[in-house]
Amino acid sequence: MQENLTIIRPPTKANKLDLSELWEYRELLWTMMMRDIKVRYKQTVLGVAWAIIQPLTIMLIFTLIFGRLAKIPSDGLPYPVFVFSGLIAWNFFSSAVSSGGASMVSASGMISKVYFPRLVVPLASIGVSVIDFTISLVLLFIIMLIYAIAPSWQLVFFPLFTIGLALAAIGTSSWLTSVTVVYRDFRFVLPFMMQIWMYITPVIYPVSFIPENYRWVIYLNPVLGWIDGIRAAVLGTPIDWLAVFLSAIFTAVILYFGLRYFERSERRFADVI
Amino acid sequence: MTEQSINTPNRIKSSVTPNASIVVAGLGKQYVIGGAEQQYESFRELISGALLSPFRKFKRLSGEVTQENKFWALKNINFTVNRGEVIGVIGHNGAGKSTLLKLISRITPPTEGEVAIRGRVASLLEVGTGFHPELTGRENIYLNGSILGMRRAQIEKYFNDIVEFADIQKFIDTPVKRYSSGMYVRLAFSVAAHLDTDVLLVDEVLAVGDQKFQQKCLGKLGDVSASGRTVLFVSHNLSSVSKLCSKVLVLDSGEIVFDGPVNEGISHYNNQMSNRPVLAQDDYIGALHPAVSFDEIQINGMAFSEGTELDPFEDIQVTIEAHSDVDLTGFRTVFSIRRDGTLLFSIYDSEGLSSLSKGRFTSTFLIPRKLLLPGEHTCSIGGVTDNIDQWLWTRNYQFNIAHRWHADYDSTSRVAGLINLDSLGSRSCSSSVGNDSSANLEKT
Repeated sequence: MQENLTIIRPPTKANKLDLSELWEYRELLWTMMMRDIKVRYKQTVLGVAWAIIQPLTIMLIFTLIFGRLAKIPSDGLPYPVFVFSGLIAWNFFSSAVSSGGASMVSASGMISKVYFPRLVVPLASIGVSVIDFTISLVLLFIIMLIYAIAPSWQLVFFPLFTIGLALAAIGTSSWLTSVTVVYRDFRFVLPFMMQIWMYITPVIYPVSFIPENYRWVIYLNPVLGWIDGIRAAVLGTPIDWLAVFLSAIFTAVILYFGLRYFERSERRFADVI
Repeated sequence: MTEQSINTPNRIKSSVTPNASIVVAGLGKQYVIGGAEQQYESFRELISGALLSPFRKFKRLSGEVTQENKFWALKNINFTVNRGEVIGVIGHNGAGKSTLLKLISRITPPTEGEVAIRGRVASLLEVGTGFHPELTGRENIYLNGSILGMRRAQIEKYFNDIVEFADIQKFIDTPVKRYSSGMYVRLAFSVAAHLDTDVLLVDEVLAVGDQKFQQKCLGKLGDVSASGRTVLFVSHNLSSVSKLCSKVLVLDSGEIVFDGPVNEGISHYNNQMSNRPVLAQDDYIGALHPAVSFDEIQINGMAFSEGTELDPFEDIQVTIEAHSDVDLTGFRTVFSIRRDGTLLFSIYDSEGLSSLSKGRFTSTFLIPRKLLLPGEHTCSIGGVTDNIDQWLWTRNYQFNIAHRWHADYDSTSRVAGLINLDSLGSRSCSSSVGNDSSANLEKT
């Protein structure tokens, strides 16, 4: 009988992330993910088509401005394919971070009324981004078909890079969402930050576009390896393993500190939200 | 948990007897005053503040606070609930009832002390937590159920019961945004009522829905306790507390002032209530205060105390003793009554505005008998002048109309709606038989 005894004590600095508890609540995580996905395109005329229209339109604009007018190189690939492959990977990261970052504040009603591991909230919000990413990926393969580009054997690395990118998103958004609970300023910082981050990530230009002596700067971008890796894996261009390695290290650091910060502040959420 | 056990040795574990379900030892919760201001601070303020006194605001936002703006919402709470017991928690507004429930349900962490709970816990601080308006009744049952801590298999098992209890079979695949508020509440409570955890923490959730459904819910809660589960029930509704609970805890200013049998507890609470001053300084909003102040509210000649219970068969005579420090060219006192947050009506003490001279004055209002339906109500007093900037209102004070419709009064049909009209319509029949009988009536 003693084993299912719950003890509640004041929080200490040594609060550890309780992954077993998160596992206990996996059904809630799943249900909340499904809720967001179901609700996402409710009462829209075009429905899921929005997941196609948005990236496609941006691809067309980018192709026009950066491909045609600015004549940015694309490592020998047709620019639309090049930019679209980078764009969908970036969109996955960006939308996961944005919705994750805003998730805790929008769930404030639940937070102050019922207990569950708070990490469920930012994690569940990533579900929608996964769905949108999957849809865009299908679209990418269609575009590749049009341009007669066959995916290479490197596609086997695709899941690895996607998981890496998702982990970086989880780390970033769990930190962002906990600071947003206290400082609502981050609601304004976030879209702004993501926009800047996109331009310092090789989405619309290749890494080779950056002059050799400044290239190390771009390698400091924690998601460079994942986004460039996803593009390379799909299109069959050479994978930059140094970038992947660095991104793996950065992601581990972000994930560790993001979750740790989250864990240390989560118990206070109901009081401050 | 292991990490924490090193810091605080397992004192509480040893005090959990095999029969105990909840053990609370030395529990306390400290809050920082000024929450609303704190929440929406922006960088601009942060930066300007930082220039004046570096790190002050950051420190406050990050939870490190100075001594003066702290207060204890709960202090040194100790009690034990045995398995299968239904404990009522009563106390006036701000006594710490909800905080206690939030601590035990782990929504917010304690500042000191410990709680040990045996078995699975579900808390019900609100019905319909996480309901999404765009989703159907079916989808919301699964969503709300899992938020409350039910397993999917469990929800599936009770699904039909939930739908039946809520009486919404026809609308189960309709988005809940199309539901009437009654249907919404019924569905929400119904999910909650089917939680089968070992410990159930319930806060004031029965204050919603029509009375028939409230009775049904009370019955359901009774079933829950009969099935051997432990229930901690926070309520203002003394009649449901006395119906359901075997023991009560009475809280006052964050401390337990009574722990024992339900009837004794309720009379302790009533005593405490009658000694409590209504109309404190911080009850007012509006610029007219403190030029005009209300000094006393009397109901039927007795000083009003919050939570008081009134008979539906008696007229309610409200007398307000007040004073004004200024002469006003136009003024009137307003008395408003609300139910479930809806304004039922306002009564004024004069037709239009009339002049008020400096000094004491008395306003009286009469609410006819049988107008208010049994249940919780709130009232507030206000004053308005001809100047739109000059007005005042008090906060809402709570009172109950007793569930005491007389047997000879048609009680079953007079429960729906917000108020009751003490009148009956009439019926006349146009058939020949009807004509005869009306002719007979005329003769007699």
